[in-house]
Amino acid sequence: MIFNEKRIPIIKIRDYLIVSIQVDMHDRLAIQLQSQILEEIHRTGAKGVLIDISTLEMVDSFIGRVLSGMASMAAIMDAAVVIVGMQPAVAITLVELGLEMPGVDTALNMEYGMEMLEKRLNKD
Amino acid sequence: MHEIVSDKSWELLENCPIQNEYDIVKARQIVRQYAKEAGMGIVDQTRITTAVSELFRNMYMYAGGGEVIIEKGLVQERNALIITCIDKGPGIENIDLVMTDGYTSGQGMGYGLPGSKRLVDIFEIYSKLNVGTTVRITKWR
Repeated sequence: MIFNEKRIPIIKIRDYLIVSIQVDMHDRLAIQLQSQILEEIHRTGAKGVLIDISTLEMVDSFIGRVLSGMASMAAIMDAAVVIVGMQPAVAITLVELGLEMPGVDTALNMEYGMEMLEKRLNKD
Repeated sequence: MHEIVSDKSWELLENCPIQNEYDIVKARQIVRQYAKEAGMGIVDQTRITTAVSELFRNMYMYAGGGEVIIEKGLVQERNALIITCIDKGPGIENIDLVMTDGYTSGQGMGYGLPGSKRLVDIFEIYSKLNVGTTVRITKWR
């Protein structure tokens, strides 16, 4: 398959990084995205990261762990992560799987996610 | 624990090797496609895809890979998709332990086997030390 070693683009808008995951990620790609985002936080000083997973058809324990790990790591770097757009079937499956994602903030869509980050930044 | 054997009446849909991370992605996409073709709803498609993703990763991480057999047929008089994962890895010493929620051998999160069991209708596991492990999941349509 051709998704081999393709990078997931990270876009910076004002204080935020925006990432839209649109491929079925293999494990190494997920790990790569994790470090890519942390590097971008470091490089740009972004205060928030919005990760859109609305096209992800499944989140298994590995991807779940990568996402929650990313949120904890970003928090240490003083950036907040919001996961947006999770499909209902994915949410159902995650709960049945028994996976909890402590410390991960979620929002229904990009717009609400952005509002969430803005509120948080204004509080500081 | 009994040995896992195929029912002769089942129809073989696909046989996929799991040797690397790309194979995991490819095989779970194939499973989703068959689930869709079998007429499963979006939630059941997601459940079975997630369940097999856990199993495929286990095969890859703990047994260096293996083979996946996708079949369809009647199970307890219901139309079902049957997915069998066969590896020739080290085998599992204590099945009860790995089926315990939260148990992990260190690399995983401990959701793999018990988690995928919750997502399917029938979950069978057979393992022999130094010979390998076979896990079969069945999901009714």
